Amino acid sequence: MAKVLMKGNEAIGEAAIRAGCLNYFAYPITPQSEVAEYLSKRLPEVGGVFLQGESEVAVGYMLFGASGAGERVMTTSSSPGISLMSEAISYIAGAECPAVFVNIMRGGPGLGGILPSQGDYFQATKGGGHGDYHLLVLAPDGVQEAVEMTMQAFGLAEKYRNPVMVMGDGMIGQMMEPVEFPDDLKTEPTNKDDWASNGMSTRKSKKKNLVKSLFLDPAELNQHNLNLKAKYEQMKKEDVQYELYNADGDYQILIASYGTMSRVCRTAIDMLKAEGIEAAMFRPKTLFPFPEKQVHDAALKETCKCVISIEMSMGQMVEDVQRCVMGKKPVEFYGECGGEIPSPEKIMEIVKELIG
Amino acid sequence: MQTEIKFAGFGGQGILLSAKLLAYAAMKQGFQVAWIPSYGPEMRGGTAYCTVVISDKLIGSPIIKSPTHLVAMNRPSLEKFDDTIKPGGIVFINASLIPVRSQRKDVVELVVPVNDIAIEAGSVRAANIVALAAFAAKSKLVDLDLLKKCVKEEFAAKAKIIPLNMDAFDRGVAAAQA
Repeated sequence: MAKVLMKGNEAIGEAAIRAGCLNYFAYPITPQSEVAEYLSKRLPEVGGVFLQGESEVAVGYMLFGASGAGERVMTTSSSPGISLMSEAISYIAGAECPAVFVNIMRGGPGLGGILPSQGDYFQATKGGGHGDYHLLVLAPDGVQEAVEMTMQAFGLAEKYRNPVMVMGDGMIGQMMEPVEFPDDLKTEPTNKDDWASNGMSTRKSKKKNLVKSLFLDPAELNQHNLNLKAKYEQMKKEDVQYELYNADGDYQILIASYGTMSRVCRTAIDMLKAEGIEAAMFRPKTLFPFPEKQVHDAALKETCKCVISIEMSMGQMVEDVQRCVMGKKPVEFYGECGGEIPSPEKIMEIVKELIG
Repeated sequence: MQTEIKFAGFGGQGILLSAKLLAYAAMKQGFQVAWIPSYGPEMRGGTAYCTVVISDKLIGSPIIKSPTHLVAMNRPSLEKFDDTIKPGGIVFINASLIPVRSQRKDVVELVVPVNDIAIEAGSVRAANIVALAAFAAKSKLVDLDLLKKCVKEEFAAKAKIIPLNMDAFDRGVAAAQA
């Protein structure tokens, strides 16, 4: 298929349809409202359901209901909306239902602002809702990757029976880039007869399925959590995604960044190279499972003097980078937030200062 | 080689559309492109601006502080971005609404009264197409016939206004070459 020029938000909506998702429930919020606008028009054309909930709290539980009934389902929101959905996300993870949440991050805390930010890293990777659960979190760096990751998200959610989050930011949502929708990323829905409340008449098995997150017996709940933990360990083994950029040569510094920020870093690395300074980039494409070994190994390169995490936040991913590097190399941080994005020139300046 | 073009004006002047059409034509011509809006809490009638990046390799930073060229559709836009343009770049000035000129000596000015030309073509609403065509003719960033085809395609659902926009396009090209 020929490339089309699309806004990130619209491309995410189209990607969901191409991935076989015919259920989309949402509540509008800047900077992701175009997803809802797009799907309100497109979903009825393909026989799908577009539903605007009365609030994000309701939308979260609409996803729980649809996924519990065995349907592919997605919502999109932005930071404050994701906070409101977090209770339902915990229930969905607890009940082991597949669902796709897209967070087009804006500045926070509270209502914050409407411009791009990466302030929700902790929320996405370390919790958000209550209890011992994890989301599988994908972080695209542009419109094409947002499409690919949205399409992959449905298969991953079903593989693990776990909610998956695609974490973009306002820049990825609002910018237009050429995109393709690779057919091979579409996965066939898994058979859900052994667990979903999809109606006795629709399945051969006469087993009564109950979708729930309530386990009052402590031993049973402990075992349930052990089962969940085993899934998260499997994600770490099988579904880590990352990219290393300019990491073949003798780099003096390793820049860790993801999403929109990584594109700025990429430009800074090219500009530094033109001046004879070698810097490499480590870019996690999955924020959970975090590419732990990969950042550790890249940091330990002999010529690498230090690591710096550069984020559109006040320092969140840097804690994972520090954890993985285990004190073997200094780990620095630089960030701006609220819609301010460090420029390539600023990154060059910081890198030069660090490596002397 | 990477070129960045800042389009700026009032909300409602069709700035975002002109920029999109340029990006679309460049994409069709095989370039990497990005259309980057400067969205913010703006009201109707407020300022609107965005940046188009055209490159022969993968586009990195979407943060462009110093674009190659500027298309200024109103006075505040010229005054705001005049300083930021790279030396040697084109500063396009909509003379119908901007009584002043660039303060720079190291840029190429292109002064076109796009509103007046659009009115002659039939409607002031086609001013953005006049500006797009004039800028494209001067900058030679994309093939003009291809760009014109893209404009036609954009208005496919509103066949009635295609002749107006085709005329506006030709007048824009002529103004740049005059």
